[in-house]
Amino acid sequence: MKARIKFRKYGVMRFIGHLDVMRFFQKSMRRAGIPIAFTGGYSPHMIMSFAQPLGVGVTSDGEYLDIELKEEIDPPEAVRRLNEVMVEGIEVVNFCRIPDDKKYSGMTIVAAASYKAILLESARSADVPRAFPVSWRGKLDEFLRQESIVVLKKTKRSETQADIKPMIYQMKLEEDGIYLFLAAGSEQNLKPDLVIRAFLEFIGEDPDSVPFHYHRIDVYARNMSEPKNSHKFIPLDSVSC
Amino acid sequence: MRKLALNDEILLKIEKPARYIGNEVNSVMKDKSKIDIRFAMCFPDVYEIGMSHLGIQILYDMFNRREDVWCERVYSPWTDLDQIMREEQIPLFALESQDPIREFDFLGITIQYEMCYTNILQVIDLSGIPLNACDRGDSDPIVIGGGPCTYNPEPLAEFFDLFYIGDGETVYDQLLDAYKENKKNGGSRKDYLQKAAGIEGIYVPQFYETEYKEDGTIASFKPTDPHARLTIQKQMVSDLTDTYYPMAPVVPFIKVTQDRVVLEIQRGCIRGCRFCQAGMLYRPTREREVETLKRYAYTMLKNTGHEEISLSSLSSSDYSQLKELVTFLIKEFKDEGINISLPSLRIDAFSLDVMGKVQDIRKSSLTFAPEAGSQRMRDVINKGLTEEIILDGAGQAFEGGWNKVKLYFMLGLPTETKEDMEAIPRLADKIARRYYEIPKDRRNGKCQITTSTSFFIPKPFTPFQWAKMYDKEEYVARAAMVKHEFQEQLNRKSLKYHWHEADVTVLEGVFARGDRRLSRVIREAYRLGCLYDSWTENFDNERWMHAFENTGVDIGFYNLRKRERDERFPWDFIDIGVTKDFLYQEWERALKGEVTPNCRVRCSGCGVMKYKGGVCVESKN
Repeated sequence: MKARIKFRKYGVMRFIGHLDVMRFFQKSMRRAGIPIAFTGGYSPHMIMSFAQPLGVGVTSDGEYLDIELKEEIDPPEAVRRLNEVMVEGIEVVNFCRIPDDKKYSGMTIVAAASYKAILLESARSADVPRAFPVSWRGKLDEFLRQESIVVLKKTKRSETQADIKPMIYQMKLEEDGIYLFLAAGSEQNLKPDLVIRAFLEFIGEDPDSVPFHYHRIDVYARNMSEPKNSHKFIPLDSVSC
Repeated sequence: MRKLALNDEILLKIEKPARYIGNEVNSVMKDKSKIDIRFAMCFPDVYEIGMSHLGIQILYDMFNRREDVWCERVYSPWTDLDQIMREEQIPLFALESQDPIREFDFLGITIQYEMCYTNILQVIDLSGIPLNACDRGDSDPIVIGGGPCTYNPEPLAEFFDLFYIGDGETVYDQLLDAYKENKKNGGSRKDYLQKAAGIEGIYVPQFYETEYKEDGTIASFKPTDPHARLTIQKQMVSDLTDTYYPMAPVVPFIKVTQDRVVLEIQRGCIRGCRFCQAGMLYRPTREREVETLKRYAYTMLKNTGHEEISLSSLSSSDYSQLKELVTFLIKEFKDEGINISLPSLRIDAFSLDVMGKVQDIRKSSLTFAPEAGSQRMRDVINKGLTEEIILDGAGQAFEGGWNKVKLYFMLGLPTETKEDMEAIPRLADKIARRYYEIPKDRRNGKCQITTSTSFFIPKPFTPFQWAKMYDKEEYVARAAMVKHEFQEQLNRKSLKYHWHEADVTVLEGVFARGDRRLSRVIREAYRLGCLYDSWTENFDNERWMHAFENTGVDIGFYNLRKRERDERFPWDFIDIGVTKDFLYQEWERALKGEVTPNCRVRCSGCGVMKYKGGVCVESKN
């Protein structure tokens, strides 16, 4: 028996890193009395997997984790119990059973994520947005019309040149910020700040002195009923819930 | 939503911002407009260390049960944030409300080890409170210290308004009520300090004056205020079952050193090892009732969601209901994926059996703390552990599948000779030999015997408080001799040896038995930039040596001098129950290599009987 939990991360909790959020949920399962299953072996651990790590500082309305249950629990009851033991800044919004079938479960199905990049008055506060300069507006289309968008991708070990354009599925200006729909998951993954940095460099701004706050809206899987390269995606909690 | 004291830019720049945002599960939020007393409880080290401390969790819970008090937490900002706070003049704040410490009524600091003294100054300084208690005004928080180092508070005397000597569970209510009363009556800071001085166990250092003899030792120590007591009586909870214990401790987001439920099964120790300060300070041994502990285990695991539970005490094997408790924990929680972590138990059939159940034998190691290598030396320190017991225990463990052993020893103990030191590697080798006696087909590869030595530091209120220490060069030479002897052993390839740094030992020695004149050394060291001295990567011995030079304080006076029987010690005004006569008698017995039986075998008349608690009365019930 498997279940998928969707939660929001906001407020001061954005300063808690991915590994610590995992630890937080492990302890929350115990406090809430969720009948989660354990692995066997000498030191058993909870069967739990998170969809897509979220960077420190980023808020989100669409975080996911899958758990294995050892007995049935009523979903609304599970949501209620979990929210009773949460802290301000983490809210469970959905708990649904998912089929045990491999193709629905496991976080390998993650294929895309949507974000809002919000321009800020100052790096000191993520709560005070700044209006998007008129002169930048037209540049957005220009930026996307480039044949390729080559950036330096830094990992812990190396730096590589990569063309991120194919991983940008959508990028448009909305009232409250730049909407981004980007490739995510284990095959290819693009972080929103990398796109914004590339854009800022493109328009001749110094990325380090233009503060943005990033907010993840949701995480998506490929829609199985559509052809493989169609870029049709559905939110993780719609896959089978 | 709570507004944080640090802005986003800072929080995203520093290491582990979770140290400073509060909001943890079970942290306590209150409406400050409905509060009479705001108490900031501080452990002067980094969050991960401070959050692992049981004492603070107990007091945090105890204070917050009062409706009129809001107790919050504060820890030392790590060096990265320390620098930013100084540059941007951000005052130190409490985690819960994020309000400046400066606005609180109390700043309580637990003082667990000598090498945190500069961090205490950091906390007071970053809070914007004058370092010297005499310079503080009515609007400054009352700075109060507690914990083991307050049994010789004199090196810190200048920086504290009050010291609380003993178990925190006893007179805090009186202290807080007196504060409220004084505030209501419009009393001054001095009025309050005078009232506090009248409460048992409370020491107000500015109400005393020390005079010194020409040789530097203390001539007299006298109260200068009519409210100050001549002796300060250690506070003790006599019934450990019927007192405060936090059923819902705060659960940190980041991994801390003690990331588990902790059950304090008893306080105190019956053993009477002559080097051990805790063994004397926390006399008499008091047990918590086992049924209560079982209930606590359930509730605390449920309220925290921790996946591990551990027992805490000075010597768990002496807890009379240990078998019952451990069996219960394994039966109830093992299948729930809860780890049961056992503190170092005496190695015997029972402990090997339970350890085999709760840990992976192939990965875990056994720990012995013989403290001294030769039997003669072990008799001097009154460590009732014989070579036979050690080899027997190790043998049983090896037969049971273990192949890793950790050994702990001290170097520089009183009367130590070359032979005593050489006995350390020899004992390690004997343990290895015992392992290789097992037929090859029943052995699990090679064995690994890891030996660590620290240098002995004489502590106040121990029989060894009269002992002299050595200089750094001598300590290094002793460790080198032990290392050399290790290389001579038959099984040297199975033996590993580590020793502690000698620099820190010298400083700890000075502060452990220091007097008021050391306040200026600490202040100078802090001024020179010393901070986080218990962290090897931050410790700067050279700066400390400058601090001694600049203040003209001689290390040798504190460490290398032989103390006479009638010398008045800086801590003699504190009465812990155990008498100075008893300690001296134990010192003389030590020098003769005579052992003293433990409290359960025979009462040695240490003096703590006057508290009429714990082991002193248990046989008479």
